Amino acid sequence: MTDQAYNFAYLDEQTKRMIRRAILKAIAVPGYQVPFASREMPMPYGWGTGGVQVTAACLVPEDRLKVIDQGADDTTNAVSIRRFFQRTAGVAVTEVTAEATVIQTRHRIPETPLTEGQILVYQVPIPEPLRFLEPRETETRKMHALEEYGLMHVKLYEDIARHGQIATSYAYPVKVEGRYVMDPSPIPKFDNPKLSGNPAIQLFGAGREQRIHALPPWTKAVSLDFDDHPFQTSKAPHDCDLCGARDSYLDEVITDDAGGRMFVCSDTDFCAGRRAKGHVGRLGEAT
Amino acid sequence: MTLATDALAGGFVEAPVQSAQAFREILEVMARPGMIRRVSGATPPAPLSVAAGTALLVLTDPTMRLHLAGAANCPAVRDWVAFHIGAPLSSAEEADFAVGTWDALQPVSRFRIGQPDYPDRSATLIVECDQLVNHGPALTGPGIQTATWLNLPETAAFRVNRGLFPLGFDTLFTAGDQIAGLPRSTRVEAI
Repeated sequence: MTDQAYNFAYLDEQTKRMIRRAILKAIAVPGYQVPFASREMPMPYGWGTGGVQVTAACLVPEDRLKVIDQGADDTTNAVSIRRFFQRTAGVAVTEVTAEATVIQTRHRIPETPLTEGQILVYQVPIPEPLRFLEPRETETRKMHALEEYGLMHVKLYEDIARHGQIATSYAYPVKVEGRYVMDPSPIPKFDNPKLSGNPAIQLFGAGREQRIHALPPWTKAVSLDFDDHPFQTSKAPHDCDLCGARDSYLDEVITDDAGGRMFVCSDTDFCAGRRAKGHVGRLGEAT
Repeated sequence: MTLATDALAGGFVEAPVQSAQAFREILEVMARPGMIRRVSGATPPAPLSVAAGTALLVLTDPTMRLHLAGAANCPAVRDWVAFHIGAPLSSAEEADFAVGTWDALQPVSRFRIGQPDYPDRSATLIVECDQLVNHGPALTGPGIQTATWLNLPETAAFRVNRGLFPLGFDTLFTAGDQIAGLPRSTRVEAI
């Protein structure tokens, strides 16, 4: 039920126009971070205020919205954002990836491949991939303008010198269409290959940092690496203990104080879908 | 000062929902260059098309400088823009948005292409066309799986614009209620 005390999708029209213009410019220059006048939202920074604003600017009443937090549909952040849009936009919601038209996500890309007509909205904490290497915005902006990304390669090289391999395991930088280096938000590098050539529109909203960036469909996003240390994905070397999936990204769950643990799919919809089809893992029960 | 009563009509009836629906189509066509979609909601005065008027209502407001080119720069359109949008009218060189036929917008090299550190500070052109069909110059680049085709008014100007990447202007094409997009990232080739 839509709460009539709010404008459709919470934000006022002037704000939505401003965000929509920023989204279109972000689409036109893939990987470039477009500044926008981020608003205060009725949730704290770090809880997806950027993603929520991008979602609000994109939603239509016919949409079916899915919200995930680290792959899970049933965590606090996901539940509260889903209810926020049910209340202010009256949109239908779902937990099934294939049924959703707009998916807002925190730190994961769903395991189920996305399709044309879907929009994936990422919540982004720090959109600037160079920020931890160069704190000054004036300098990082210049580095992007001059395509000066040597510092990022130095950082990856230092990983190899110190650890013998590239130790960056999440928020792994990608180069978009051979031009801008982009931070894909803190998704595990396991998800990086799904960024590239994805049929869905991918939008990234950073509320506190006031930036929007985007990957249009079928855009090339190459994970940075070296010839002798090629990019490799990583995941826990286990199968899901509930559904037995061998190729999904896993969360480690401590089950007691005697060293007991289990590994489960981080994507709850993917895991539940597999269990419904009869797949059973080491600790799972047949349904 | 009098305002033609026609100028008061032709806006959105239910702005939040109509602008959201129109924006989704505009987002699709900008993200997938060459795709032709339909938008509706606005009925602007001639010579503006339904699609051009709708795009203006969705994207422009008093913070955006608007350039009306050629026949679009007539009293009826100016009054309509003043009442429904309130965007200050500007020269082509200063415009954030410009609307008109391809001929009226010439030379397109006048429009803002952004700055190296802020390539988003560039113009968006709304080009009125007689028709939109997926036939003509070939388009490749982000948003396009392999290749697609669109009846662009010319290719040379868009090749020059692509050469400026990441600077450059972005374009929406409108004909009746149809709309298509061509961001600066698209490579065009006459065939």
